Amino acid sequence: MSNYLFEFKEGLIIAFKAIRANKARAILTTLGVVIGICAVALMSTTIKGIDIAFEEGISSLGSDNLYIDKWAWFSDEEFWKMRNRKNLKLSDYEKFKHLAQLPIAVAPTLWIVKKVEYGNNYVEGTLITGSTNEYLKTTNFDFDEGRFFSAIESKSSRNVVVLGKEVADHLFKSNNASEKYIKIRGIKFKVVGILKKQGSNLLGNFNPDKQVYMPIGAVFKHFERASHRSIAIIIRAQNTSMVEATKEEAEDIMRRIRGLMYDEENDFSINQQEGLTQNYNNVVGVIKIAGLLITGLSLLVGAIGIMNIMFVSVKERTREIGIRKAIGAKKRTILTQFITEASTICLIGGLIGLILAVLLSMVINKFLPTSIQFDTVILAIIISLITGILAGFAPAYTAAKMDPVEALRYE
Amino acid sequence: MNIINLENITRIYQLGSEEVRALDGISLRIDKNEYVAIMGPSGSGKSTLMNILGCLDTPTSGKYDFKGINVSDMSDNELAEIRNREIGFVFQTFNLLPRSNAFHNVELPLIYSGMHSLKRKEIAKETLTSVGLEDRLHHKPSELSGGQRQRVAIARALVTTPSIILADEPTGNLDSKTGGDIMLLFNAIHKQGNTIILVTHEEYIAKHAKRIIRLLDGKIEIDEKNE
Ligand SMILES: Nc1ncnc2c1ncn2[C@@H]1O[C@H](COP(=O)(O)OP(=O)(O)OP(=O)(O)O)[C@@H](O)[C@H]1O
Ligand SMILES: [Mg+2]
Repeated sequence: MSNYLFEFKEGLIIAFKAIRANKARAILTTLGVVIGICAVALMSTTIKGIDIAFEEGISSLGSDNLYIDKWAWFSDEEFWKMRNRKNLKLSDYEKFKHLAQLPIAVAPTLWIVKKVEYGNNYVEGTLITGSTNEYLKTTNFDFDEGRFFSAIESKSSRNVVVLGKEVADHLFKSNNASEKYIKIRGIKFKVVGILKKQGSNLLGNFNPDKQVYMPIGAVFKHFERASHRSIAIIIRAQNTSMVEATKEEAEDIMRRIRGLMYDEENDFSINQQEGLTQNYNNVVGVIKIAGLLITGLSLLVGAIGIMNIMFVSVKERTREIGIRKAIGAKKRTILTQFITEASTICLIGGLIGLILAVLLSMVINKFLPTSIQFDTVILAIIISLITGILAGFAPAYTAAKMDPVEALRYE
Repeated sequence: MNIINLENITRIYQLGSEEVRALDGISLRIDKNEYVAIMGPSGSGKSTLMNILGCLDTPTSGKYDFKGINVSDMSDNELAEIRNREIGFVFQTFNLLPRSNAFHNVELPLIYSGMHSLKRKEIAKETLTSVGLEDRLHHKPSELSGGQRQRVAIARALVTTPSIILADEPTGNLDSKTGGDIMLLFNAIHKQGNTIILVTHEEYIAKHAKRIIRLLDGKIEIDEKNE
């Protein structure tokens, strides 16, 4: 055992001597590994950042929510089947709300897309959510200014709106938007509140920052005929562990409202964010694998560089290998020596790459809520060590099996 | 007690269709504390014989007993161990590690033998002192004269207290004055009870030895005592 330790230590000393003797070459060789490890660390950090951003976005939607809808969001259900389903009406919502025991909040929603205007400023294609005051309880909204619309406002279908942060910023370049009036299709709506930034661009238009909220009655009054569109019902479970039970209760109630026989299929769907998460994992999973493959490739290039330089180094030091064998170095000793050398070069490269990655991640941090985690550091170090061992093995093996007499004669 | 016993050793190099019989039936015994010079014209097989004696190379045929143990069918690892513990090499071109200082060069065989660090450092220092280099421990080979380099190499050969010292033209790269000094060092080492085998072209160098073996075309031509 102590023998191994000596040999390892000797290997380290030789490695540093060899690196010092050929500084320029060592730097150039290491560059490949520096870039490779930097890329791996940044990629895994970025992926984590995207995940965190997505989770934050999801939770801004309310993570224990269920959505009763005419449409199944994420399923292979055939389109025509769902199209033939009956629309969900506000009266369905009223019945449901009356019967449901488990949810802490039940709200109807109807989405429309319109241009919103204030003076000369406007936002094209804004997602407008029509709902009731209960909607607030299905979210985790905080307010920058003002409040959500009240029960009275929603019952009497008043022309009031709550704006997402981005929409408000676009329309009102200065602060103090509440109590002002915006226009949609020429109709005036009073701004009663502005949301705090919720922040997740991953949700696209569903990002609350980009939305406008108004009483669902107002939507029907001004923009949609009630018979035309199907609403969705948002249900919030008490907590995550209650989601399943709440879902079962909802299915039961809906079947009763629809008067379905026991052998009839549901003519509605109950959607969950899990579907969104799954969808996200499918899409981002591919991106993740592609990213890791690409960074892995850059690391491979680095490893090949190391292997190449180790072959050169072995060739150059043929005589040294002969000398070492003559005074008693075993195959294993020589093998250890060169693998140690390759690993040391890779490790140094890896550490430099990590430092670089930490600096660059500060830039990434401006776009994604992330920083390099301890486990990424450990992973990067292990990867650079393994790279060194793998890249060093073939050259080290060539060295180890050299014939001592021939090695000593080498000029 | 005989340390080396060769029986009908051949070493044949195959160069394409041509066969080079570098050693052609060598039988030889060398006892403990002998001092042998091997002579012969260039290409007569002196270095080849030394490599086989030093377990760096293995014979094509024949039997080689080292201290009564047959080394002909030992594994590479076992041979490495024999080289480490039993044999000290001195080369014409010194063959020191260029990036390591004198001390580390001498210490290296002990590292390979797994000796404890403190003891190892002490012995390495002692050995370098015994060849007169106590004030050159931290010099790199490039910072030493030819004679000093050969002394480092001799210290490296001695440091494991091997059973034989093999020196292939140890004075070949030195001027005659320095070469003479190195021979005095070998004489002293022999007096301490070591077994020495050296190859040389020079009669005046061979004079130091107690026995001279002359090779010709891979065969022993003359094997005689030297008075
Ligand atoms: N690797 C090899 N391949 C082929 N032939 C070899 C090899 N090594 C040595 N020989 C041949 O073996 C013979 C003996 O060589 P060796 O090196 O032992 O001679 P030497 O007596 O040491 O000569 P010198 O005094 O010039 O050093 C020579 O004819 C040489 O050409
Ligand atoms: Mg020779």
